[in-house]
Amino acid sequence: MSEIDTSGGGGKGDGKVRAKKASTKIDMTPMVDLGFLLITFFILATTLSKPSSMTLNVPDKTKTEETEPIKASNVMTIFLGKDNKAHYIFGKAASEDPEIKTVGFGYDLRKAILTEAQKVPADKFVVVIKPTKESTYRNVVDIMDEMAITKMKRYALVDELMPDEKKLLKDKLKLDL
Amino acid sequence: MDMTAMVDVAFLLLTFFILTAQFRVQDAATIETPSSISGIKVPDKDIMTIGLSKDGNVYFGIDNQQKRRDMLDNFAAANGMSFTEKEKKAFSILSSFGVPKSQLRAFLNLDPEQRNAFKQPGIPIDSTGAGVGNELKDWVFNARKANNDLRIALKGDNLAKFPSFKNVLGTLQAQNINKFNLITGTEAPPAGWKNE
Repeated sequence: MSEIDTSGGGGKGDGKVRAKKASTKIDMTPMVDLGFLLITFFILATTLSKPSSMTLNVPDKTKTEETEPIKASNVMTIFLGKDNKAHYIFGKAASEDPEIKTVGFGYDLRKAILTEAQKVPADKFVVVIKPTKESTYRNVVDIMDEMAITKMKRYALVDELMPDEKKLLKDKLKLDL
Repeated sequence: MDMTAMVDVAFLLLTFFILTAQFRVQDAATIETPSSISGIKVPDKDIMTIGLSKDGNVYFGIDNQQKRRDMLDNFAAANGMSFTEKEKKAFSILSSFGVPKSQLRAFLNLDPEQRNAFKQPGIPIDSTGAGVGNELKDWVFNARKANNDLRIALKGDNLAKFPSFKNVLGTLQAQNINKFNLITGTEAPPAGWKNE
């Protein structure tokens, strides 16, 4: 390792006896360690800082495709409410007085989706996502994420609430959405 | 063994990485995006960024300085406005902006520090996506005219309300754009999840 020699040069030599200082060698290992740590940090930081993107395809508004009607018994409707809560109903249309449950995002919602999905054969299960005016962009991204995590093949993002659904939310949850 | 040479190389590498770390773009408004497990990276070029702040303000930008100039020229021609060379130059270095066209010239004529300090009110937009007051549709149209390969990236803030997002989507759908990328932060998928 290169050394820094800090031994003092010869003193003034004025006759006084000075104790000769032992030469000190500075060990540069810690500085080199820090240097490598910083390099590693910058390498990782520049590659990780690229934001990722989530693709979103929406159907063409101008073309109205005729799709086969979906049976309410195969559908789970998730309403994105306010304060990062999601409310869902399963198996019945809003007009048939279904049971409505409330979950937070994350693990609870995932468990709810998977539980309901098991009740229906995989290719028939449909999730309808209805954001409300109090929900945030984050809620929408989170629910799309949940669709990717739970590997749901059929889901739809619908931005209008039917009058039945509004009534349901109002009656059962006292939410005016 | 004399390790001077290795340490020199290490410091050179470090300097290289420090210098090539990209500067974060000075956005018109701070936007904190949500995170998602998607592993796809945002493309670097040919990208149109539409930002949506938590107050529902819409910001717009494209990459490539020359394309920004072309877009500005197209927009000016379509709206009967004209810009001086100084204003065009100021515009071409902005990565994104959010001012209505009535304030655009005044905004471009500010000094850079004044521009950074100015609170941009956002580009006017409406709920139908195609109304007269909706300036976002003009910008999107003129940007695509300048660069046909542009891909749309939406950068929304966590707290932006859904109706604002719906209006942006409506504006884009009115122009027949149905595929977008939502810019999100990186998030690790739950344990045991495999990407099929």
